[in-house]
Amino acid sequence: MPDISKHAASPPAAVLAASWPILVLLAALALVPALSAAVDNPFLIRLFTRVVIFAIVAAALNFVLGFGALVSLMHAAFFGIGAYVVAIFAFHDFDGSPLWIFPGTSNLAVTIPLAVVLTGLAAALTGVVSLRTSGAYFIMITLAFNQMLFYFFVALQKYGGDDGLQILSNLDFAGLNISKRVTFFYVSLGVLAASLLFFGRLVNSRFGVILRAAAQNERRVIALGISPLRYKLAAFVISGAVTGLAGALWATGQQFVSPSDLSWVRSADFVVMAVLGGMARVWGPVLGALVIVLLEALLPGLTLYWQLPFGLIVILIVVYLQGGLADLFGKMRPAAGGGH
Amino acid sequence: MQAAAPQPRPLLEVKGLQKRFSGIVATNNLSLDVRAGETHALIGPNGAGKTTLIAQLQGELSPDAGEIWLNGRDITREPAHRRAHLGIARSFQITSVFPQFTVLANVALAVQAQAGHGFKFFREAWKDPALTAPAREAIERIGLSHRAETHAEDLSHGERRQLELAMALAMKPKLLLLDEPMAGMGRQDGQRMTKILQGLKQTYAILIVEHDMDAVFALADRISVLVAGAAIATGTADSIRNDPAVKAAYLGHGS
Repeated sequence: MPDISKHAASPPAAVLAASWPILVLLAALALVPALSAAVDNPFLIRLFTRVVIFAIVAAALNFVLGFGALVSLMHAAFFGIGAYVVAIFAFHDFDGSPLWIFPGTSNLAVTIPLAVVLTGLAAALTGVVSLRTSGAYFIMITLAFNQMLFYFFVALQKYGGDDGLQILSNLDFAGLNISKRVTFFYVSLGVLAASLLFFGRLVNSRFGVILRAAAQNERRVIALGISPLRYKLAAFVISGAVTGLAGALWATGQQFVSPSDLSWVRSADFVVMAVLGGMARVWGPVLGALVIVLLEALLPGLTLYWQLPFGLIVILIVVYLQGGLADLFGKMRPAAGGGH
Repeated sequence: MQAAAPQPRPLLEVKGLQKRFSGIVATNNLSLDVRAGETHALIGPNGAGKTTLIAQLQGELSPDAGEIWLNGRDITREPAHRRAHLGIARSFQITSVFPQFTVLANVALAVQAQAGHGFKFFREAWKDPALTAPAREAIERIGLSHRAETHAEDLSHGERRQLELAMALAMKPKLLLLDEPMAGMGRQDGQRMTKILQGLKQTYAILIVEHDMDAVFALADRISVLVAGAAIATGTADSIRNDPAVKAAYLGHGS
C-alpha cells in the first residue's frame, strides 16, 4: 500500500481497478430508458427503478451489516418512514389542511431532506437502545422496532391505515418536474451512484476503520482507547438516513405508500440482497438487489410455485459464492476487511 | 514492602484490591506498585489470578474493593477506553488483533485511537502519514517491518504476538501490561521476544505476567509472587528465589 500520496485522493487507477464492475453496471443501468423505448415497454423502467431504489437501501444497510456486523431487521421501517414523510406532507398539501402547525407541501426539495432528517432521528432513538445489545439480541430488538413502526402506520387511519396512502398532488422538486418516468429513473440512479461514492469514502475513513475494527474485535478496540458505541450509533444513523432517502424516492416514484412497505419481510429482503450481492464490498449489495428484484419479477411468470426455484437459486449462490455475487469479480476478504 | 527513604510516587499503585467471582476469591487484598522505568514481573501458579489482576488494571473488570492509582491519579472507576488514553496499554494473553486488517492497519488504528479524531469521515485513514508513519515506527521497533502489508490472520503465532506488542507501543503508553507475551511461542521466538522486551524496558514501565522463568529472571527488576489472589512476596530475583514462602507455595512445587 503506497502511502506516499499526501492527501486523500487514491491513485485513480487503483480505484478504477477495484470498482470497474460497478461502473460497468451503473453504465448499463443508464441505458435502460433507451432500451425500454426501443422495445416499447415502459414496464422496464418501472422495474429497474425498483432495482435502483432497493439497491440504495441494500448498500445503506450493508454499511452497518457488512462493515459493522450489525444485522438490522428494521431497515424497512426506515424506508417506510422516509416514504410516509413525503406522502403525508403531499396529503396535507392536497387536502389544504395543516399538519399540526405546518402547512402541507408537495415540494420534494423540502420533504426529501425532511425525510432524511426524521429517519436519521428515528435511527438515533432506536439505535441508542438496540446498539447496547449485540448478536441475536440486536436482531430481535430491531425486528421488534420494525413491527412497532409497522403497526404505528397501520393505526394512522387518517392516512389510510391498512390501505395505504395515495399521493394525489403533483410532486415537484423546487418547481422541477422529476416524476416523469425517465427523469425519475435517472434521478434515482444518480442518488445510487452518489450513495456508493459516499459509503466508499466512509468505509476507508478513520470513522469507517473504527466501525470495521469493532466488528472484528470489539474488546480490542476498547483496549486501544476507543468506546465503540458512539461510532456504531453514528453509522446506524447514517445508514438509516440514507434508507429514508430511498424511501422518499420510493413514495415519489410509486405515488403511493402503505404499511406493507414497512413489513419485516421486506427488512429481511434487504438483508438477503446485501448477503447475496456480497457484504465485503460497498457495491456488492447492488448486484443482490438486481438479482432479487429481477427474479421476483420474472419467475412468477414462469411458474405458480416460483418461490421454490427462487429459494434454490439463492441457496446455490450463497453456497458456491461465499462472498456473494461480487466474488465473481475477484475474491475479497470477508466481513470488515473490504475496500472500495 | 516499605521504602526506607522518601521516594517519588510509583507510576502504578494498587492498594487492597479485591475481586470475587461467585464465591471464588480471584484477587485477595492485593497491593503492589510499579515504579517508573521498572519492569515488574508477576508470577504464580495457574489460577493465581494474574490475568484477572491485569484485566482490573486495564479496566475490563472492575474490582469489588481497593484502589488503583496511575501517576498519582485514582483510576479505579475509569472505564477501559479512558485508561488507554491515560497511558495503560495491554497486550492480551490470547492474541487479540484485527484479523482482516494488515499489520500496518492494526497498528495505525492504535495510533488513531491515541490521537482521538475518530469522527473524520472522508480522508482515507490508511493513506494518512499522520497515522502510518508512527505505525511503521512501532512495527520497525518490534521487527515486523517485512510483514507490514500482511493481513494479521496470515501471520504466524509468534508474529501475531509481536503485532500485539507493536499495537501496545503505538499507544504511546506509560505502563505496558503484558499478559504472557511468550505464550505458545517456540524457544527461538521466545528468545527473540525477550530481546525485544529488553530493548523496551528502558522506555516503559512494564508489568509482565510470564511463565517462562528464564525470561522473567532476564527481564524483571522486581518480581511479585501471586498465590490464590494474594501477593505473598515481592522482591528482586534473588530474594524471590530464596524466599521460603515462595519456595513452599510455588517454586518448590515441581522440583
